[in-house]
Amino acid sequence: MAGLKTRKKQRLVVMIVAVAVLALAAFLIVFAGRQTGSFNLFLQPSEVFQQKVAPGQRFRLGGLVETGTFERKDDGLTYEFRVTDCAADIPVRFTGMLPSLFREGQGVVSEGALNAEGVFVADTVLAKHDENYAAPGTMPKNEEACSHPEALTAGQTGR
Amino acid sequence: MIAELGHFATIMALILALLGATVPHVGIARADSRLMTVADNTALGQFLMALIAFGALTYSYLISDFSVYAVAANSHTAKPLLYKIAGVWGNHEGSLLLWVLMLSLFAAALSVKGKKLPQRFRTRVIAVQSALVLGFLLFIVFTSNPFLRLDPAPIEGNGLNPLLQDPGLAFHPPMLYLGYVGLSVAFSFAVAALIEGEVTPLWARWVRPWTLVAWMFLTAGIILGSWWAYYELGWGGWWFWDPVENASFMPWLVATALLHSAIVVEKRDALKSWTILLSIVAFSFSLLGTFLVRSGVITSVHAFANDPARGVFILGFLVVVVGGSLALYAWRAPKLTPGGLFGLVSRESALVLNNVLLSTFAGVVLVGTLYPLFLEAANAGQISVGAPFFEYGAVVLMSPLIVALGFGPLLAWKRGRLPRAATTLLPAAIVALVVGLYVFWQSAGGILMTAFGLVLATWLLASVVLEIAERTQLFKNPSAFLRRVKGLPRASWGMSLAHTGVAVLLFGITISEAWTEEKLLVMEPGDTATVGDYDIRFDGVKPVVGPNFTAIEGYFFASHKTKGAIGTLDPQDRLYTDPVMNTTEASILSLASGDLYAVIGEAAGGGRWSVRLYFKPFVSGLWLGAALMVLGGFLSLSDRRLRIGAPKAKQVKAEA
Repeated sequence: MAGLKTRKKQRLVVMIVAVAVLALAAFLIVFAGRQTGSFNLFLQPSEVFQQKVAPGQRFRLGGLVETGTFERKDDGLTYEFRVTDCAADIPVRFTGMLPSLFREGQGVVSEGALNAEGVFVADTVLAKHDENYAAPGTMPKNEEACSHPEALTAGQTGR
Repeated sequence: MIAELGHFATIMALILALLGATVPHVGIARADSRLMTVADNTALGQFLMALIAFGALTYSYLISDFSVYAVAANSHTAKPLLYKIAGVWGNHEGSLLLWVLMLSLFAAALSVKGKKLPQRFRTRVIAVQSALVLGFLLFIVFTSNPFLRLDPAPIEGNGLNPLLQDPGLAFHPPMLYLGYVGLSVAFSFAVAALIEGEVTPLWARWVRPWTLVAWMFLTAGIILGSWWAYYELGWGGWWFWDPVENASFMPWLVATALLHSAIVVEKRDALKSWTILLSIVAFSFSLLGTFLVRSGVITSVHAFANDPARGVFILGFLVVVVGGSLALYAWRAPKLTPGGLFGLVSRESALVLNNVLLSTFAGVVLVGTLYPLFLEAANAGQISVGAPFFEYGAVVLMSPLIVALGFGPLLAWKRGRLPRAATTLLPAAIVALVVGLYVFWQSAGGILMTAFGLVLATWLLASVVLEIAERTQLFKNPSAFLRRVKGLPRASWGMSLAHTGVAVLLFGITISEAWTEEKLLVMEPGDTATVGDYDIRFDGVKPVVGPNFTAIEGYFFASHKTKGAIGTLDPQDRLYTDPVMNTTEASILSLASGDLYAVIGEAAGGGRWSVRLYFKPFVSGLWLGAALMVLGGFLSLSDRRLRIGAPKAKQVKAEA
């Protein structure tokens, strides 16, 4: 190996390395983005209908748990409820342990995909971490259409 | 009265910081040493005032003075003492005051411990540090006053979020902040060096220990948070690539890079300009992290607008600090004299590779963290960036890092010989491949990534051992082994220990991810479930009462399939009263082979309970690995070289 005897040469190598690194980073970000589950759309029920999301496509569903729709199946581990943004709602099925802050009428984010019957089968359900904050993306965007009692107070994210 | 004293001290600190950030520069310009000493005096004064202010706030929490708004909003009389104290920094206002306390502590430490630095340079550093203190104090005084009074005072406070009422989380923020703020010292040194237009090995000798301390605290803080998530959130996970986690991970990555590049400046007087840039970037990431976590911008871009004064201030501060220092860098960095040359195969190049990979990864994490915010701000819809994105980046970028990590310490400075290092490391490669093939064969080829992770971890561990053997000439001259072991500098042991920590961490991640067994089921008292090699019997539930919560406690009895009884697990489902909130307390039984982990859910009717059980093999490798890394940093810090460096360098300065 010739070594890097001069500053000029060293500078050249530095430039080449810098360009290579930037290229690598860009390449990585694009490729990492193509991994399944890297970028999930974050949708509310009406957007799911507007965009005609295909069954099987993973996305995050945000909204409020419709009061009076929560139900536990006989196996003790499967739950069904409807998630609403006041304009539309989608049935959700989840098998597992619900987060301890899960409540009817409150914001919830679920991750999963629609099945052929139009039921959103979730493998993850996140509720908010703290009583004062609404989980991000769960407040109905069409607030005026919403007469949901919780929506009016939960929208304020202040302390 | 005490709160007013605190408020007064805050304002005094602000005035002192204003003086400290400006007058010393004038002193340097006029070569007036009396004006220069203003830096030292104001640094001590700021610290004293910040201490009084922080003390006053802590006192208000201790006596539950609910006429102070921050106390009423975050504390409660029934809260245990530890969490009354932790409540001081468990919220926006208090955490900013903690920032200021630590920033000014470091400024004061510089003025006391830095007497050996040339006065002119030290003055610059402290003045820059004071400017940072000033920025945070302005923020506190104008938008986030922790001493705001509430009239009339409520009888009882709101209480602290129960999730935060946990020893792990009580110490997690101060640790993290010590790390964030520790990087401010490297930043101040970098800015001072740019103003003065010179970077010497002495500079690196000062920056390195500070960065090391900051890095140790960051490492400890991150792992403490991770540990908390593991046992408190009840999902059995320890890292979620959540924006809040990423906010602390990015400065860690850059600090790790800085730690290594500072070595090159110190030993070889090369990579100066790059190291300066890293110092700036590392602290910028700390500020960005604070901004992301504290401004509410993560919750939603639109939540940011709920309190525009605060958000705009932090954003403005971020722009001034980051933009200003980068502009200074662009202007002054070309003036730095280029340093030593080195070959393409050399210790320097290995450390450059380390830096390139770590900073690229920091960049990838940054993109993944901010991309959703930009999309949302541009009204282009909401997305979430999931773990696969970050994991892909981690695998692609960190794998070559670990391969190179084996070689790095064996290469000589300036020009190393790759074939020679390869010969030394051959046994490590063989052992690693054997382990990989064995795992691959055992699991019928199903888990490629697991085999790969284990190959890397084994390679790293074995090459650390071989490197020590090489240094002590264990195989060439065994009789001198003990003498040579004693002769190795502590910094070298520190490095080996920290690298061993990385290997152990990697073992922990790979093994626990690959062989975790999870059972989600409904159990009746008397039922037994099996996870891994363990039988877990459910013995029923009982209500229990804590100081500020009531809970349902489940009883489980764990026994090994062949070796018999091991112990009990007692997870709780807690209901806190102020504020009213449910939390799950997982119960964890740590065994040599791994963790048994139990969570109790809700009553499923007919005396049955939903239950989640895990067996997580070698998950303690995570905490052990991180502890080794911190310990390695500590050992390296205690090296004589770092302590006696300064007087020697004074001569260098005199020549210049």
